[in-house]
Amino acid sequence: MPAVSMTVNGKAVAGDVEARTLLVQFLRENLRLTGTHVGCDTSQCGACVVHVNGVAMKSCTLLAVQLEGASITTIEGLAPVGEPLHPMQEAFRENHGLQCGYCTPGMIMSALDIVRRKGHELDDKTIREELDGNLCRCTGYHNIVKAVAAGARAMAK
Amino acid sequence: MYNFNYHKPTSVRQAANLLAKNPDAKLLAGGHSLIPVMKQRLAQPSALIDLNLIEDLAGIEVKGRSIVIGALARHADVANSKLVQDTLPALASVPGSIGDPQVRNRGTIGGSVANNDPNADYPAACLGLGATIITNKRRIAADDFFTGMFSTALEENEIIVKISFPIAKKAGYEKFKHPASGFALVGVFVSKRGADIRVAVTGAGANGVFRVKSFEEALKKRFAAKSLEGMTLPANGMNADIHAGAEYRAHLVAVLARRALMKATA
Repeated sequence: MPAVSMTVNGKAVAGDVEARTLLVQFLRENLRLTGTHVGCDTSQCGACVVHVNGVAMKSCTLLAVQLEGASITTIEGLAPVGEPLHPMQEAFRENHGLQCGYCTPGMIMSALDIVRRKGHELDDKTIREELDGNLCRCTGYHNIVKAVAAGARAMAK
Repeated sequence: MYNFNYHKPTSVRQAANLLAKNPDAKLLAGGHSLIPVMKQRLAQPSALIDLNLIEDLAGIEVKGRSIVIGALARHADVANSKLVQDTLPALASVPGSIGDPQVRNRGTIGGSVANNDPNADYPAACLGLGATIITNKRRIAADDFFTGMFSTALEENEIIVKISFPIAKKAGYEKFKHPASGFALVGVFVSKRGADIRVAVTGAGANGVFRVKSFEEALKKRFAAKSLEGMTLPANGMNADIHAGAEYRAHLVAVLARRALMKATA
């Protein structure tokens, strides 16, 4: 089996994987980082969004072997256990930006990518357009949009 | 997904050699069409040849009167390229409308063009601008490249290296975006470069991307939406599926062509 090594949340990790192993499988099953979710498995829903070298991508549509040497950030990497939440996570909590919570890790990782590209002052239209690749089956979009705007502003502080 | 052998060449030559040695292999660019198809077990390549480690395959530059884009340029790179936005904004608008932000961060122009999905956006831009597809072996005019649904003029062992788009003075792209998939239910790219007038349509044709000669003829007098007023296309030859019937698609071609022209002449 091909060997692969990469940096995940700042830690060097390695493993032997079949070539067909998806990044999301590697994260969840090999590394037990189960915060990254599999919703649709067809690159529609965005529950599996992680950052690859700082850029948001759908980890259900990347092969683990392709990420040799890459730096990956998952939802677990935003705030260490016991430390205060990341401002974007805190904004989702504060604004009740989640109901069942299944889509939330992907929403938050995508929200951070929106801030990276569009800055800290985000209007509703921009946020809704940019969340095109993230689906919430609870349909709680109003509060998600509020949370992203608040989180983006909080990150500027 | 069935398993496969994974290769990561560092040059186009190496990739071509691997392709020659592995007849059932597929090239892997962004993988955002190929991996989903493999998951459904609709494709079962014996090997994947990953192009992502090949250097100098993702550049964007102006060469003479053309914009030349490397096959591995991501949709987000082209959409956000100041160079493309300044010199040929209609082209920048095409990848900006593909899929969603995460898909645009990974999907590539070369992958989209090689796949020639009948609802993809880039084939319309290539045909609508009279682009040249440059491979490791030759240069292919867009008019000769797209040979039908999911089929192209690419031969075995042939790899797209870059695509050259002539900088048209006037150009515009308008699509009716499928709200779930982001694909073009119908998309129309129009351009005028000297006497070369083009109207290219994706999403509608039963045989993939095509040019509308009757519209192009009408636009020779005046390159404006008004020149197409009252003109229609027959439903015959249009694609029909659960998303839209042939007549509706034919109707959309005419409407979107006029809107694309308004953008091009604004």
